[in-house]
Amino acid sequence: MVSKWLIKENSYYDSVTLMIITKEIEARDDVENAVVVMGTDLNKDLLNNVGLLNDEINKTTANDLIIAVRMKDESKFDEILAKVDELLNKKKSDAGEDYTPPTLDSAIKYMPDSNMVVISLPGAYAAAEAKKALENDKHVMLFSDNVTIEQEKELKELAVSKGLLMMGPDCGTAMINQVPLCFCNKVNKGNIGIVGASGTGTQEIMVQVHRMGGGCSQVIGTGGRDLKKEIGGLMMTLGIQALANDDNTDVIVLVSKPPAIEIAEKVLKTLKECGKKAVVDFIGGDDELIRKYGFIAASSLEDAAYKAVALAKGEEPKDAPIFTESEDKIDKLAAKEREKLASNQKYLRGLYSGGTLCDETLKLFTKEFGGIYSNIPLTPEYKLEDNKKSYKHTALDLGDDEFTVGRPHPMIDSYMRQQMIVKEAEDSEMAVLIMDVVLGYGSNEDPAGSLADHIKLAKKKFADRGQYLCVVAYVCGTKADPQNYDEQVKKLEDAGAVLMPSNAQAIRFAMKVVRGVIKC
Amino acid sequence: MLKVNELFKEELKVINMGLRSFANDVKSQDVPVIHVDWRPVAGGNKKLSSLLSRLKSK
Repeated sequence: MVSKWLIKENSYYDSVTLMIITKEIEARDDVENAVVVMGTDLNKDLLNNVGLLNDEINKTTANDLIIAVRMKDESKFDEILAKVDELLNKKKSDAGEDYTPPTLDSAIKYMPDSNMVVISLPGAYAAAEAKKALENDKHVMLFSDNVTIEQEKELKELAVSKGLLMMGPDCGTAMINQVPLCFCNKVNKGNIGIVGASGTGTQEIMVQVHRMGGGCSQVIGTGGRDLKKEIGGLMMTLGIQALANDDNTDVIVLVSKPPAIEIAEKVLKTLKECGKKAVVDFIGGDDELIRKYGFIAASSLEDAAYKAVALAKGEEPKDAPIFTESEDKIDKLAAKEREKLASNQKYLRGLYSGGTLCDETLKLFTKEFGGIYSNIPLTPEYKLEDNKKSYKHTALDLGDDEFTVGRPHPMIDSYMRQQMIVKEAEDSEMAVLIMDVVLGYGSNEDPAGSLADHIKLAKKKFADRGQYLCVVAYVCGTKADPQNYDEQVKKLEDAGAVLMPSNAQAIRFAMKVVRGVIKC
Repeated sequence: MLKVNELFKEELKVINMGLRSFANDVKSQDVPVIHVDWRPVAGGNKKLSSLLSRLKSK
């Protein structure tokens, strides 16, 4: 194997473009490792980890493009460089001929009445641009992570002082004036406003609201750290006030991982003052506190949507059904799957692209089974020793940092999940494989298609051993999403997966298969 | 009234910095969007970038 590299100075490309090119080069049979990145410190660490860092590369800056390859035959390097050029040029021509100003200042001059700045720059640069946008009275959606909590506090305090949205950092989902931003589903217009601190949690509620015949007025993202003590729920509080003043919003839904108690009280107090009906899902948090303030607590993301839709119609909210189909029908379906399993098959394995969907699975599973291993465990004793090696019952969040270094998020690129499906299939003790498929803007154009062959492959491995693999999937999407929802469902069904209509129902079904009929 | 409530009554007009696909998604919904052809300050040279920002803040 030989290592070759090329540095192109002053050639900036965004990380997703480069990750997709890296993947394409790495897929060649004559290439062992390929890294096509900008010369940031993080990327230099990545190059170092795969043994491709050298003194020359170490001197590059974040504006220099690095193409580094370890391959069998160095005479092929020119061919590889030509391929990289071709892919980069294709990206440029796909981008069209619209005017693209070089700075935020020039963009504001060009479109002075712009009102929202969406930022997904590398974290080291993102906060400064967000501050500049706020100083120019623009609302901000900050998708980038690697922004410090001190910077977040400063940005949010500035935004609150001006009555502006500062969604993020690490905010992946928002819908403002019916326009989905970043990772977001297309849903009906309606009178339910959502303030969410968890991206796929918000997406699941939006999707379920839509399917239940309800609709959303505004969906405000806060970023995952907003309800930490250091930030104090600044953006959730502003979001509640904004929805309180909004005539098109009758019902407010809050969704977040359990906040610090004093922050939960602060947020609930603001919600009380606004006087609108509300459903709160502090996923796995203190429901009594929510009820103390007179609000409705939700037992799952689907339940939050179910109760919000009832309130929005002026009806008395009830608990969402455990299953949409009759329990008898579900039990028969589960029994049919279970009877095909061999006696040694007993474990559930979850491969998730949505962090909050994985978290919800961990919580629902733990209630019934006592615990489940994960890379994002509910308690430290269930932390996997090696996050790429499942142990007993395991559910993984493949969008977590460890799995995404140098690769696009699994909602964009299924590569990591494809690899993990094949790997899990080696374990003859696995009984059920469960996964989410998240549709909407920002997500892969054909996520189900990119997973179907690997599901079939995993099922074949089990069949070859005289076993059976039960695959349970949930498609978080609507028929209005840019992917074709019905086709996505069909591709998974054709691959042999059992489809459930919500994340909560998917894990409940999987639990029935793993243990027989359970009490939910 | 909060500025965010004014936003709810306006047409959304977006400036996008970073991933081009986010701008393309907004554009596909016929929403006005302008993508910034952003590059790191001072060509990514941290020392020069820090000097520039100190000059700007004066």
